Amino acid sequence: MPDLISPALIMVVAAVAIGIARGHLRTAIVLFAPLLTLWAVWQVPDGVQGSIQFLSYELEPVEGSPLRRLFATIFSLMAFVGGLYAFRLAKWYELAAAFFYAAGAIGVSFAGDLISLFVYWELMALFSTVVIWCGGTPASRAAGIRYAILHLLGGVILKVGIEGFVVSSGSIQITPMLAEDFNSWMILCGILINAAAPPLSAWLADAYPESSPTGSVFLSAFTTKTAVLALILLFPGEKVLIGVGIFMVMYGIIYALLENDIRRILAYSVVNQVGFMVCAVGIGTELAINGAAAHAFAHIVYKALLFMSAGVVIYRTGRNRCTELGGLFQTMPITAVCGIIGALAISSFPLTSGFTTKSLISQAAANEQLMWVYMLLTAASAGVFLHAGIKFPWFVFFQKDSGLRPKDAPWNMALAMIIFSAICLLLGIFPEWIYRFLPYEMEYQAYTPGKVVFYLQLLLFSGLAFFLLLPLMKRTETISLDVDWLWRVALPRIFNLFKKLCLPLKDLSSRSETKCRGFLQFLTSRYLGQPHTADREERAVFARSWPIGTTSLWIAILLSAYVLIYYI
Amino acid sequence: MSEKRHWLTEAKTIRKLWWGFSIVLALTVAAQLIWYVKGYFTVDGWFAFGAVYGFLSCLIMVVFAKALGVLLKRPNNYYAERDDDA
Repeated sequence: MPDLISPALIMVVAAVAIGIARGHLRTAIVLFAPLLTLWAVWQVPDGVQGSIQFLSYELEPVEGSPLRRLFATIFSLMAFVGGLYAFRLAKWYELAAAFFYAAGAIGVSFAGDLISLFVYWELMALFSTVVIWCGGTPASRAAGIRYAILHLLGGVILKVGIEGFVVSSGSIQITPMLAEDFNSWMILCGILINAAAPPLSAWLADAYPESSPTGSVFLSAFTTKTAVLALILLFPGEKVLIGVGIFMVMYGIIYALLENDIRRILAYSVVNQVGFMVCAVGIGTELAINGAAAHAFAHIVYKALLFMSAGVVIYRTGRNRCTELGGLFQTMPITAVCGIIGALAISSFPLTSGFTTKSLISQAAANEQLMWVYMLLTAASAGVFLHAGIKFPWFVFFQKDSGLRPKDAPWNMALAMIIFSAICLLLGIFPEWIYRFLPYEMEYQAYTPGKVVFYLQLLLFSGLAFFLLLPLMKRTETISLDVDWLWRVALPRIFNLFKKLCLPLKDLSSRSETKCRGFLQFLTSRYLGQPHTADREERAVFARSWPIGTTSLWIAILLSAYVLIYYI
Repeated sequence: MSEKRHWLTEAKTIRKLWWGFSIVLALTVAAQLIWYVKGYFTVDGWFAFGAVYGFLSCLIMVVFAKALGVLLKRPNNYYAERDDDA
């Protein structure tokens, strides 16, 4: 029976306990429960750990494999460092929701069947919405509702696919498949919605920046990366994903370039980075899958680091736009340095985790002779440096002197950022530390002089392009329309138009209603008479009083008619 | 501003940084003379391909984003106003 207890349940218990406990006990739970979960993650052996009967299905809530443990490890680690970052600032309900959310992600990592996967999937959708609501502003409330609607819709699509798959195949096993029929397409679409793939990608950049400075750190880690894991488990080698991934990569860059809100820049770069992973799953070779898994691991660390750095800036200054910030490096050295390390890592600069993990994906594309994919991914690597690697630190910490002199991060936030910065650098300098935990054995050398020279040229000349094109990239006090425009503006507009079109119909119906009522009134007064009219002659036909003789005559006629009909 | 300017923000330092950056750029290109860069599709093995490709793709992305911005950019309160209407 203990085999059946998913490490996710430790996080569930911790989330409930956070709500009950107070003071130091609560802090202790926030900090130790993820570490306990991390320990439990590494106690899960390979293979299915028993099953539970549910209706006529055999559920397998815990299934271990190197890939699953790798994802569960980073999710637990994220919960720990995120908890450390957030525990003094975040409300208890935000922490509890974040822990439920992490539990969902860890549960998906170990889910051995589609039903368990779906349950944990929905747990994530519910509690990530709560985390967004913890932003506490009207904007976060509205964004949370939009987020919830979209994710519940995604859940329904996924469920339709799972039901169809279970009915047609009779199995609830998680097995690799290709998008060939309606069911597998539905499953793929359901997962891709969570991966922020087009066309419904706008939820991410809409919702994440509206959460609290601590909430966005948790949000950046779980939903999209569990979707990547689900894609690796269910759709490795599905060629559609290559195109989807490339689109996401480019979309993320272009929108991040247009953005002014610092967390929205980071949100778009989440889409961009997940695009690399989705593309890798589409390539589907062992090297590519290793690349997707390693990149997901590294990405969670540096993206959370970037969100932490942005979170500290927002917490200390109360401002979140590039146009209002600048020159903060003078009084926020720790936040600036950690932010820069995160920015270098996301740009896959040599000696950072991005370089050692993202290059696996490019290598996989090259090995498969996918020239366009390789070229576009390389161009995108340059673009990442442009939109996140330089743009984020430049506009926040340098640029102009905004006159702001905020204090640096509080100790717990600084410590969380330092831990993640260290991981970014360590995985960059000692790539074998992550390589040996990847799902497949591989012969791969991260650092060759030629590769380093190539990437340095690529990235540094992107940097040159950034500084030469700065006048073109002057931030403006604007937002950019995304597909969420469709449901925030176009749909209400169509609805209003429809309402307007219906107005003449309404007039017509109200006019005919008056006519109808008049006619009925005429009929009733004609045959049943007006109420309260004392005079016999004024009464209508059926309302008059009749002599008793007429009544008995009518009774006699009716009775004889009845007798006649009876005998016939 | 009364306080002393940070040394990093002085024009002299910035000029020096530009010089330093230019030298580093030149060195990364020159490094290709010493270390062989393996091209997977011939073009990417050409001399200074990384530099040119990086620069050009960034140029294209920025210009494309700028053009798209004309179409997509709206004032900050674009959605807020709409919510008030509703």
